[in-house]
Amino acid sequence: MADKRTCLYEKHLVAGAKMVPFGGFEMPLQYSGITDEHNAVRQSCGIFDVSHMGEVRISGPQAEALVQHLFTNDIAGAPVGKIFYGMMLYPHGGTVDDLLVYKEGETDFFLVINAANIDKDVAWMQQNAAGFDATVDNLSDVYGQIAIQGPKSEAVMLEALGIDGSDLAFYTFKKVEAQGETLIVSRTGYTGEDGFEIYGSHAFTQAAWDKLMSHADVKPCGLGCRDTLRFEVGLPLYGDELSEEITPIMAGLGMFVKPDKGDFIGRDAVVKQKAEGPAQKIVGIELASAAIPRHGYEVMADGKVIGSVTTGYRSISTGKSVCMALIDATYAPLGTAVQVCIHRKTHDGTVIKKRFYDKHYKK
Amino acid sequence: MAKTIEGLYYSESHEYVKVEGEYGYIGITDFAQEQLGNVVYVDTPDEDDEVTAGETFGAVESVKAASDLISPVSGTVVEVNEALEDQPELVNEDAFANWIIKVKLSDPSELDALMDAAAYAEICH
Repeated sequence: MADKRTCLYEKHLVAGAKMVPFGGFEMPLQYSGITDEHNAVRQSCGIFDVSHMGEVRISGPQAEALVQHLFTNDIAGAPVGKIFYGMMLYPHGGTVDDLLVYKEGETDFFLVINAANIDKDVAWMQQNAAGFDATVDNLSDVYGQIAIQGPKSEAVMLEALGIDGSDLAFYTFKKVEAQGETLIVSRTGYTGEDGFEIYGSHAFTQAAWDKLMSHADVKPCGLGCRDTLRFEVGLPLYGDELSEEITPIMAGLGMFVKPDKGDFIGRDAVVKQKAEGPAQKIVGIELASAAIPRHGYEVMADGKVIGSVTTGYRSISTGKSVCMALIDATYAPLGTAVQVCIHRKTHDGTVIKKRFYDKHYKK
Repeated sequence: MAKTIEGLYYSESHEYVKVEGEYGYIGITDFAQEQLGNVVYVDTPDEDDEVTAGETFGAVESVKAASDLISPVSGTVVEVNEALEDQPELVNEDAFANWIIKVKLSDPSELDALMDAAAYAEICH
């Protein structure tokens, strides 16, 4: 099956993007270059086409109960306009997907899921909605999405689009009426910088992209730097640091799992794993050499293989060779000496915190 | 448009050999560096290592990916371009000036299997 195209596909070609397949879509990897785009987001402002992300609306008298049943975080009693990060789990504790839940109203929730998991997630939600008085609507083909990221995002969004985000706290959203439609505008992102994400129709998304591109402080950014940016601040990517085999406890994301809220799918498994301690954990590793660890490379200690790299780069912001890796939990304590096998040689490394660069969110 | 230089020998995997007497300087072509994007690391063999035509002798890495370096010729490594250790971006600035290894050729007849600049330019698109 051919890869899908987002509503901004033609604009990426005009902007000279190098296109690659990702999550079932043809997406821009880069325009001017990963390093240049990465630095633009850290220092100024970059815009991303994230229309490939999936959107699902859960509505109805028992919408909240259904979300609580599917989702690891606790949304009970939250105010309208609040956003939660968390996971959907299989009964064995493995991860179906990681996602955002936007509380639109007491009986309406807007869920944002990974592109590659749209079909799987929607089927999972519908299958587990049996018995709940709530509907699950897949709106992934309806919405376009642009992420505006970097310290100048608030000014750029106001100047280019006339949308004021100054009243939005981190992880909150509002609805904005524009050009005869209702947009969802949230202070969220996947870069470790301040920024916003705007969900609207394809027509709005196309027009907004052009307006943003004509702003002097804006650089178009591809998935290449989206990955280097999220990696540096230790954010997981489904498929690398979370998967059907990797639970949020293994990934160090237990703070987004709230067993005290009551039952949800996978609860018993993660409670047990949290109590016993997982056999494997996702850790950060810094190498002493300049060699670059990549996904899948073996991690060694005491002369044996103890795990493998999940994501690795030469950090653009710090210049260090660092990676996240899933390893035997025995070796997970900070400061443990490990080795990474790169191009048939082993390179010495040390387990460190998996936040290689500090986040700069506006709280 | 990527540039090529007359007088060099080129491989299908986008390495070049610049021959001086019994030695060959091996690097990646301008086309290869353009395709890779920002080079952030060059993995090289050590001096006195043997390299074999058609086999991997190292890797050149961009932010996103590692690409194997395939030796166009066989021989013994007599020098490694140490400048690339601290400044791998030199490969982007001028790929032909910044060779990666210098090899003492063990079988100069292998050069006959490589392309000249005109033939190589044909495959760069």
